[in-house]
Amino acid sequence: MTMAMAEAQKGFIDVRNMGVTFGANDNKVVAVESVSLNVQPGEFVSLIGPSGCGKSTLLSIVAGFVKPTSGEAKLDGKAITRPGSDRGVVFQQYSLFPWLSVRKNVEFGLKMAGVDQSKRNTTARALLDLAGLLSFENHYPDQLSGGMKQRIGIVRALATSPQVLLMDEPFGALDTQTRVVMQEILTNIWQQFKISVLFITHDIEESIFLSDRIYVMTARPGRIKAEIKVPLPRPRKAEMTDTPEFMNLVQELKGLIREESLAAMAPEIKDRGLSGFGMKVGPKGVGEIF
Amino acid sequence: MGSMASAKVVILPMIDKQTDREPAAVKPSATQGVAAVPSANTPAPAAAEIPMPEPEQIPTVSLTKLLRRLLAQITRERIITAGLACVSLGALFLFWYLGTKYRLEFYIRFKNVPTPYEVFQQLTQVGLSNKYLVNIAISVRRILTGFFIAIAIGVPLGLAIGKYQRVRDLFMPVVEVLRPIPAIAWVPMSIMLWPNNEASIVFITFIGAFFPILLNTIHGVHSLDGVLIRAARCLGASEFRLFLNVILPGSLPHIFTGLAVGMGVAWVSLIAAEMISGQFGVGYFTWEAYSLVDYPAIVLGMITIGFLGLACSGIIRMVGNLLMPWLAFAPGGKR
Ligand SMILES: Nc1ncnc2c1ncn2[C@@H]1O[C@H](COP(=O)(O)OP(=O)(O)OP(=O)(O)O)[C@@H](O)[C@H]1O
Ligand SMILES: [Mg+2]
Repeated sequence: MTMAMAEAQKGFIDVRNMGVTFGANDNKVVAVESVSLNVQPGEFVSLIGPSGCGKSTLLSIVAGFVKPTSGEAKLDGKAITRPGSDRGVVFQQYSLFPWLSVRKNVEFGLKMAGVDQSKRNTTARALLDLAGLLSFENHYPDQLSGGMKQRIGIVRALATSPQVLLMDEPFGALDTQTRVVMQEILTNIWQQFKISVLFITHDIEESIFLSDRIYVMTARPGRIKAEIKVPLPRPRKAEMTDTPEFMNLVQELKGLIREESLAAMAPEIKDRGLSGFGMKVGPKGVGEIF
Repeated sequence: MGSMASAKVVILPMIDKQTDREPAAVKPSATQGVAAVPSANTPAPAAAEIPMPEPEQIPTVSLTKLLRRLLAQITRERIITAGLACVSLGALFLFWYLGTKYRLEFYIRFKNVPTPYEVFQQLTQVGLSNKYLVNIAISVRRILTGFFIAIAIGVPLGLAIGKYQRVRDLFMPVVEVLRPIPAIAWVPMSIMLWPNNEASIVFITFIGAFFPILLNTIHGVHSLDGVLIRAARCLGASEFRLFLNVILPGSLPHIFTGLAVGMGVAWVSLIAAEMISGQFGVGYFTWEAYSLVDYPAIVLGMITIGFLGLACSGIIRMVGNLLMPWLAFAPGGKR
């Protein structure tokens, strides 16, 4: 056993029979229902599914913002109860602190951990170099483009050396070209840091390009519909997207997702039909009848 | 199967709560009268023409170019601004000069109004006397004492009210009841409450500054993007650190709006209090001049008050710009 392997044992996310319900009584929304998934140490796992299926909710639980209604989420065998710097999070929206310079943003986690200024500085500069943004260290976030902000968001989350990185559609707001570049940057960073990643997206190609494994979720209430392994070799190259293996995976995922997008519409239609008859409409009620 | 219809029902009340919160926080400053618009809405005339940086990959070269262009624009803006300032001040002065020169009697009466020259003479005689300077010093001391106590209480309390629902529930009823009472209406009560004149005047100044500061701070916390708080939590920020390193700097622009408004109201309250119950102070100086039929001194007092108020809000703006350099680049920037 080498040191590297021992280290690689950390960062194991284990979600079991997770259910999340928002609201109560008539306003009850079952966001996620009996979801089980895991991310092995050092693995890159994507979660893909139609809008509103509970992807962000699931990530919020692993991040520690939301408590599950049932089931449990564990990191390296310990139950997750609140946010912590052992889990880096990159958000769907830009989340840099506008009042801090780029470098101070990256230093933030280290400052909270009580690391001294000179050490913070070196770490932050090394990370910014990795993101290709060292020359912008003294800029403010509002002076940067969206792609730059998201790159800084990623290295900021990495600064405290977390065991896992949780990413909620981090490139959702970017244009296609920038996205592709960002994906390559992300794979590079991931390979250097050898940490577990749980990546949320609804871009099929993005999920294949980045992941070792993909979970496909059903429409709300979100369940795991399928689990797909991506056998493509690493390091991944942009050219791989043209190979038949890649195309086949895209087709397979497209099929799975289309079914779900259709299913996502169906309950709405059913609900309307029921409320027309003066019946109480709620996830439960509908579930009982159909 | 879930239902879309019920999802909508859940979300609506949440939105309602948020929207009815904000007006409640803004309203008060509006009733206080003085430039109560929250900073975010204040149009920045100079910023309007400044081109926003291009969204994608800005090379350093074009950034310096952009900066130079920005600088060039600002100086041109400034020349126009200064020119217009001269025009408006000149017009006011001219009106005063002509009015007193020809003793204008057209509904308003310039019969007893001193001429600019008389006021200038007053300044050279009384203006540098001990009495006058002592009055200024005393007013400034009262303002600063009241104002800093208002900051010391208003900002932390505002942060706590903004952050914790329970603190809000506890304090907001009192705030809502006391807020509509103008500081001047506190004068008799204040004289009864406090052991001496000095303390009661400082208290009135405090009341004037307190509510705008408190309410703008609360508003600042509420307008803070929740994702920043979540980001800070993930990065390991403790509750105390969250306040110090996220909520406070994040609310700072609104806090400074509160300080600017609060300073204005504090001066209004101070002058009124000094006129009613005072011994010493610029307000007292002005009122005393009226009772002594010393007309030039009235105008000197007024001009002094104007300059002191201007200096105070100028200092607040300067400190604000120093503490919040990032605002220069904020979307729809203030500078
Ligand atoms: N705080 C909340 N209160 C009530 N309902 C919520 C809350 N958060 C999420 N929901 C509901 O839970 C469901 C799942 O939301 P979630 O944000 O996890 O979806 P998502 O898969 O991330 O969607 P998208 O791809 O559009 O980001 C939605 O139907 C939403 O209405
Ligand atoms: Mg989401």
